[in-house]
Amino acid sequence: MSFWTRHQVFEKNSIILVVGILLVIAIGGLVEITPLFYLKSTIEKVDGVRPYTPLELAGRNVYVREGCYLCHSQMIRPLRDEVERYGHFSLAAESMFDHPFQWGSKRTGPDLARVGAKYSDDWHVTHLTNPRAIVPQSVMPGYPFLSRNELDPDSIADHMRTLRTVGVPYTDDQIASAGADMKAQADPENAGTDAFNKRYAKAVVRNFDGKAGTPTEMDALIAYLQMLGTLVDFKIYNEKANLR
Amino acid sequence: MSQPSISKSMTIGESGLAVVFAVTAFLCVIASAKALDAPFAFHAALGAAASLAAVFVIINRYLDRPAALPPQEINGRPNYNMGPIKFSSFMAMFWGIAGFLVGLIIASQLAWPALNFDLPWTSFGRLRPLHTSAVIFAFGGNVLLATSFYVVQKSCRARLAGDLAPWFVVVGYNFFILIAGTGYLLGVTQSKEYAEPEWYADLWLTIVWVVYLLVFLVTIIKRKEPHIFVANWFYLAFIVTIAVLHLGNNPALPVSVFGSKSYVAWGGIQDAMFQWWYGHNAVGFFLTAGFLAIMYYFIPKRAERPIYSYRLSIIHFWALIFLYIWAGPHHLHYTALPDWTQTLGMTFSIMLWMPSWGGMINGLMTLSGAWDKLRTDPVLRMLVVSVAFYGMSTFEGPMMSIKVVNSLSHYTDWTIGHVHSGALGWVGFVSFGALYCLVPWAWNRKGLYSLKLVNWHFWVATLGIVLYISAMWVSGILQGLMWRAYTSLGFLEYSFIETVEAMHPFYIIRAAGGGLFLIGALIMAYNLWMTVRVGEAEVQMPVALQPAE
Repeated sequence: MSFWTRHQVFEKNSIILVVGILLVIAIGGLVEITPLFYLKSTIEKVDGVRPYTPLELAGRNVYVREGCYLCHSQMIRPLRDEVERYGHFSLAAESMFDHPFQWGSKRTGPDLARVGAKYSDDWHVTHLTNPRAIVPQSVMPGYPFLSRNELDPDSIADHMRTLRTVGVPYTDDQIASAGADMKAQADPENAGTDAFNKRYAKAVVRNFDGKAGTPTEMDALIAYLQMLGTLVDFKIYNEKANLR
Repeated sequence: MSQPSISKSMTIGESGLAVVFAVTAFLCVIASAKALDAPFAFHAALGAAASLAAVFVIINRYLDRPAALPPQEINGRPNYNMGPIKFSSFMAMFWGIAGFLVGLIIASQLAWPALNFDLPWTSFGRLRPLHTSAVIFAFGGNVLLATSFYVVQKSCRARLAGDLAPWFVVVGYNFFILIAGTGYLLGVTQSKEYAEPEWYADLWLTIVWVVYLLVFLVTIIKRKEPHIFVANWFYLAFIVTIAVLHLGNNPALPVSVFGSKSYVAWGGIQDAMFQWWYGHNAVGFFLTAGFLAIMYYFIPKRAERPIYSYRLSIIHFWALIFLYIWAGPHHLHYTALPDWTQTLGMTFSIMLWMPSWGGMINGLMTLSGAWDKLRTDPVLRMLVVSVAFYGMSTFEGPMMSIKVVNSLSHYTDWTIGHVHSGALGWVGFVSFGALYCLVPWAWNRKGLYSLKLVNWHFWVATLGIVLYISAMWVSGILQGLMWRAYTSLGFLEYSFIETVEAMHPFYIIRAAGGGLFLIGALIMAYNLWMTVRVGEAEVQMPVALQPAE
């Protein structure tokens, strides 16, 4: 019986055909995805990477909501020009708490993986409100409404609880004080800033949008942008130990 | 089975579905009242309204219908079910035009950013998923639903399985599109490309998809032909694999069951790998396997020639579905994804070139002995050119998956151009060709209203594609080269914004190309509309008595 005759078992039996399809398409995914969950070399050993603060998390949600990832990558490739333009190439560890990841696939605008601390808060407020006020050739949409949308500090704890369930190591303490921490990070005068700083290493406390009162989506988004790529100290990062 | 003495009663499907929808309507009202955010309240209200409408339609349909359900066969010939096919064909045309229009808008926004209007629901970031979902899942999805339901019936010589089930699939799928699309405008997204809909839309799609698989599979099981026709293998692979991809990529935990926001279970590098395993195979199985099924049925039918090689189609099928699944990591070259995964992805992407071209050869060579028809039949020409575009983009794809090439092309417009040579040239044209065949068949018309208009559509759209993809080649390669250009002193030569500025003329050309493609689709919609409205009926018989092949 030739191969072609044997193949008739698939052509004449729909269930065998479905099972055949399932087996054939399962292999590639299993081989490529499963090891990423257990191979230890997949994610580098680094110090400094921590979960997002409540304000940064709210900012990240704005980033996701507005589809920023469609034009901005957060993944610097180990190529000479990219490392010189944007900074140290991105590590897997730097996005290990990202649900979902924001590596992006297109650079209509520049990569943002290390945009943190490169520009002032003022620059970001003006640029997000009207990009062409600062960069005349920019094709980015303006987001003036971010300054008008106030955040809801009461709901952010639920988000952190959900993230903890899917694997982000938020502590009970961090979740319990989430709302207060959100307000504290956007207000240097706030009495809770010391406690906040203890809960989140290297987190920056500033009035990001420059306006008093309840933190806005502008505060949140800028807090998020200003921390991007700043958590790992590459002066002490062990490049050799993490060569893959 | 249909004795006139049968007393009329609701089938289990009718009563069961009516009850399920009544309960759903009730739950949706509660969800809407307790909603934590406005978009969720809106979607729950939409769900309630749609469920109530469904209850009404199911009961009204029952009251209107004769006691006996439509027979499986009439005079020994299958009694084909054309209703859901007509619905999906209409929706395909509708969403196609909507999707192309949004594409034109966002292309124009990149050339003239003032068109974003600085409002949340008109900005590029929210409209771009609307464009991609509208063309891929709404237009392409409805074409696949319509053609798969047609092909499976004809090639199995059996009426579509189920009475309400096929309607549940086509209407339910379009309701998913409505939820997804309005969600994007309102900022509801999980930000995974081509899988942006949030958890509740995903759950609904899962239900619809399982019913789709059942309808398709049961129709195959009750076939009157010993063999399952080639096209149906491809449709099955498409349906089954999309189910697997959807479930693999989308597991997410909602923050609250009364809110739209959820967090995906996967994080960081694993999420990236899941995403592009999904993303590339949405291309491989939604936009390729499904449309190859169309190629394998509609080209032989239209050319009135048998498929070139049956054995080649067997090799094509298994090789394609086996190799495609591996190709995802080529979207993540030089990222933090481990090298071994990238290399595997690249290797399999290059190998994928072979089955792709095998399929192209099988489609093109089906024309042997009938090449002269290309001069006289613009519909066949559209189908054949689609296969040529398929060949072109399945050569370009493996080339771009080579790491060195990818280091230049990735993150640039070259990718966008590549996608559109596949999407406009292959998926678009094969869909247009299939709809030009399917509408006269489903509505029982002798032929199209005007072949001349098809000819116009063909040339206007082809010109649009050429403008589009050549503009993107130039802008993509130009920007990639500018990013890595160094001065003689060893400094980066261009700031980022200078490379953005250089894109401007190409963005205008691209928008013009997209505009032409949209005009072509409008010509098509008019042509199909007139075919249905004033076309001459094929045979003077009641619709229920359509002849078998």
